[in-house]
Amino acid sequence: MSGIAVSTTINGDDVEFLCQAEETLLEVLRDRLGLTGAKEGCGTGDCGACSVLVDDRLVCSCLVLGAEAEGRNIETIEGMADGDKLHPLQRKFIEHAALQCGICTPGFLIAAKDLLAKNADPTEEEVRFGLAGNLCRCTGYDKIVRAVLDAASEMRGA
Amino acid sequence: MDFDPSYTAQQFKSVGTRPLRPDGVDKVTGRARYGADFNMPGQLVGRVLRSPHAHAIIRKIDTSKAEALKGVKAVVTAADLPDLTDGDADLYAILSNCMARDKAFYDGHAVAAVAAIDARTARRALKLIEIDYEVLPHVTDVDEAMKDSAPLLHESVFTDGVDPAPAKPSNVARRSQYGHGDVDAGFADADMVVERTYRTEQTHQGYIEPHACVASVNNDGTGELWVCTQGHFVYRQWCADLLGMDVSKLRVTSSEIGGGFGGKTHVWAEPVALALSRKAGRPVKLVMSRDEVFRASGPTSATSIDVKIGAKKDGTITAASATLRYTCGPWVGMWAELGAMTAFAPYDLKNVRTVGYEVLVNRPKVSAYRAPSAPMAAFAVESAVDELARKIGMDPVDFRIANVAKEGTRASYGPVYGPIGIGPTLEAVKEHPHMKAPLGKNQGRGMACGFWFNFGGQTCTDLNIGADGTVTIAVGTVDVGGSRASLSMVAAEELGIPYEQVKAIVADTSSLGYNDMTDGSRGTFSSSMATISAARNAIRIMRARAAQMWGIPVEDVVWEEGHAKAAGAKHGNLPPLSVREIAAAAGNTGGPIAGHSELVADGAGVSFATHICDIEVDPETGQTRVLRYTVVQDAGKAVHPTYVEGQYQGGAAQGIGWALNEEYIYGKDGRLQNPGFLDYRIPVCSDLPMIDTQILEIPNPNHPYGIRGVGETSIVPPLAAIANAVSNAVGVRMTHIPMSPPRILAALEAE
Amino acid sequence: MVEVRLWGSLAAAAGGEEMLEIEAETIRELFARLEERYPALKRFIDAGIAVSIDGVIYRDTWSKELPRDAEIFLLPRIAGG
Repeated sequence: MSGIAVSTTINGDDVEFLCQAEETLLEVLRDRLGLTGAKEGCGTGDCGACSVLVDDRLVCSCLVLGAEAEGRNIETIEGMADGDKLHPLQRKFIEHAALQCGICTPGFLIAAKDLLAKNADPTEEEVRFGLAGNLCRCTGYDKIVRAVLDAASEMRGA
Repeated sequence: MDFDPSYTAQQFKSVGTRPLRPDGVDKVTGRARYGADFNMPGQLVGRVLRSPHAHAIIRKIDTSKAEALKGVKAVVTAADLPDLTDGDADLYAILSNCMARDKAFYDGHAVAAVAAIDARTARRALKLIEIDYEVLPHVTDVDEAMKDSAPLLHESVFTDGVDPAPAKPSNVARRSQYGHGDVDAGFADADMVVERTYRTEQTHQGYIEPHACVASVNNDGTGELWVCTQGHFVYRQWCADLLGMDVSKLRVTSSEIGGGFGGKTHVWAEPVALALSRKAGRPVKLVMSRDEVFRASGPTSATSIDVKIGAKKDGTITAASATLRYTCGPWVGMWAELGAMTAFAPYDLKNVRTVGYEVLVNRPKVSAYRAPSAPMAAFAVESAVDELARKIGMDPVDFRIANVAKEGTRASYGPVYGPIGIGPTLEAVKEHPHMKAPLGKNQGRGMACGFWFNFGGQTCTDLNIGADGTVTIAVGTVDVGGSRASLSMVAAEELGIPYEQVKAIVADTSSLGYNDMTDGSRGTFSSSMATISAARNAIRIMRARAAQMWGIPVEDVVWEEGHAKAAGAKHGNLPPLSVREIAAAAGNTGGPIAGHSELVADGAGVSFATHICDIEVDPETGQTRVLRYTVVQDAGKAVHPTYVEGQYQGGAAQGIGWALNEEYIYGKDGRLQNPGFLDYRIPVCSDLPMIDTQILEIPNPNHPYGIRGVGETSIVPPLAAIANAVSNAVGVRMTHIPMSPPRILAALEAE
Repeated sequence: MVEVRLWGSLAAAAGGEEMLEIEAETIRELFARLEERYPALKRFIDAGIAVSIDGVIYRDTWSKELPRDAEIFLLPRIAGG
């Protein structure tokens, strides 16, 4: 059984792997590379739990093939903190209790990071529409929106 | 129980504060391990083959081609899960649901499973399994299933609970009844009566994490199971029973759980994964797809409910009755019965009667969903209550207050209430600024009440004092909403030490005594009781150790503010001993210090909430928008108020989805048409406003801190509150949930 | 002697009696006497009955004492989410 050889960058590190043609990036991350922070909630791009950044573009990694990672720069939740220093979004999610079960949290954090990279000072409505591709069943989103707005405010001040 | 659970009205230092959650860093860095995030050496991939038919006899299953495929290590069918249930009908239903036996009862019913070296091989193997089905007529609608002409699911089911016992089999598996007084006399006394039929559609808990487990069974009869569950001790029991294993030899570890809401209180994949592992002789990882989650796991009942309520012109309800028909899926449950118990619980009624019918249909086996069965009953009753208030010309809040249940009221489900919070939630709503805010064109406001039970049950906690004086608590209650934080706070409170010095973990089934699952809003209520008890036991030991260290009688040692203190003037010059100092000397004073508690947490309270919501309806399209939402609920005592708010908000959001969007849609062929998050649309961030919360604290007299369960009740009022708001906005009474745009348009056009 | 009220379906199995007088000191004795008097109740007891004593619900904790003048109500044991 032959695989496709892929060279890519994940969270700043050079990574090489072999994968099958039909394997998704999510499967590669989780099952081949041990990066289980991205979650499979649906496998059809509806829940956003597998969100990662590919060349600064927010994608559902369940809809990207592993082979498409060739030559790209991929960021996952595992690369969000700077060493032992949490990203402001990560810190604000904990402070605001913006997570309960936490299964959607990695996807929300990646999506929120992407949102704030494009719009450093979003309104509540912009946050709500910006994160509408990520499903959370625990929180009712209230504390997530507050955490993102608070993190945005802190990041602008910093 | 060597423990006094009475409420003591003490002042708190730790309880009621808002510390950071102990699982926070793991969850924001992707390090937290959920059901699918765990692997074992040599692990195989498990996949399940599911019936495409709603109702079919399985004549023959030929697995030979699949077994011959290179890389396939095991194929199992019902033959590999022999019936060991020994006449236990509930267990037999679980077994039959995990793997169809002679019949497939719904679209998605498991009929076979494979374990292979990778997912690709497993998928190919499923296609090689040949099944000879004899397709039967099916029924999915609750009212259709009750008719004499309906296709029968089981020839052996005769309606239970009717006198005389019926001679013909039926899909109506059971009738139950609650109430007191004379409803006929009560209705005769009424000046106004409202009588209507309501319907609600089937919904799913919609947890984002699909069911997932890793099972490993050895040929010496031992096994391990890693699984996302709300109750690993209960899963262990069921799996051991179904596989014929000794309970003590199956070690079940609960992973982080990515949402459950009742849906992870039932086994589906786990016995199958264990059977595959036993047959293959290797560990097997089995993860459901989202399609499988919708088709085979979880859903609530679909319902059809008649409500009749009569009142005098002065606003006194004279009689109330309801007939509740709930789908159960293919096997009997107590879903209609729970609706019958909870329907009128907020009210003080002289004459009340509810009747529940459990109806078998060709849909997945119904499982618990947050305050199971109560939201639908509350939707019907609270809609009728609102309409009756309007008919009488009373404000709906005042009408409810005039009839509200209080301490001493006989509940519609039987017992007499102790101190309860429904009255105070209504008073708080009456005074809430939300009720006075102006409304615009096409906007309506609705409010509604809700009730749910709290459970207690078997609970086990170990509290270990480390050599440095910090504390570990090992609990058997799975943390679904922040209970590791709340239990650490309770341990800190009782010991008199800072929260940061306590670390809580959920222990596996081999490390702790049996513990009931996290359901019935029991997690913090029952485990806090066991934690308090364990802490008090540890304090007793620490007092004795301090007495040894000082060489004074233990009776002269008291525990105050996290320290042993010598009581009385005769030892007055002894400086207090901290937990750390006592722990440091433990090796010389009798060894490690721990407090254990094994108890049945009795005396759980009941829980009430009242919600307010504003909705705007577009009369051209039937599209709705939630403008404002307020939850008022009694918590007894909020241990961690932020997490209590989170429970209120999360339940309200689930209720909003149920009220406006979510439903299982079955085709004429009995197949589920929308088994995915695209077509089964749960609320997204842009669908919702901020959800305001108000926590009331009416102490539970049977818990030392006054704690009540808070997890579930918040899903009960939204269906009715939103239906009342929509009805007020459009001037047409909405009687069918969800109120999706086509249904609202149809109601408008019918008017 | 304690007065015990039964929920609807249980009352039906007890020959329509909604209120019974039973000689029992504890929950265990109560169940034993009930089963003696109404064999049809056995399956309900086996399935699990919760006992409400003055509005406080106890699962079937056998040793729980039944106070003389308490309000005792029997309920089915329920499952939740």
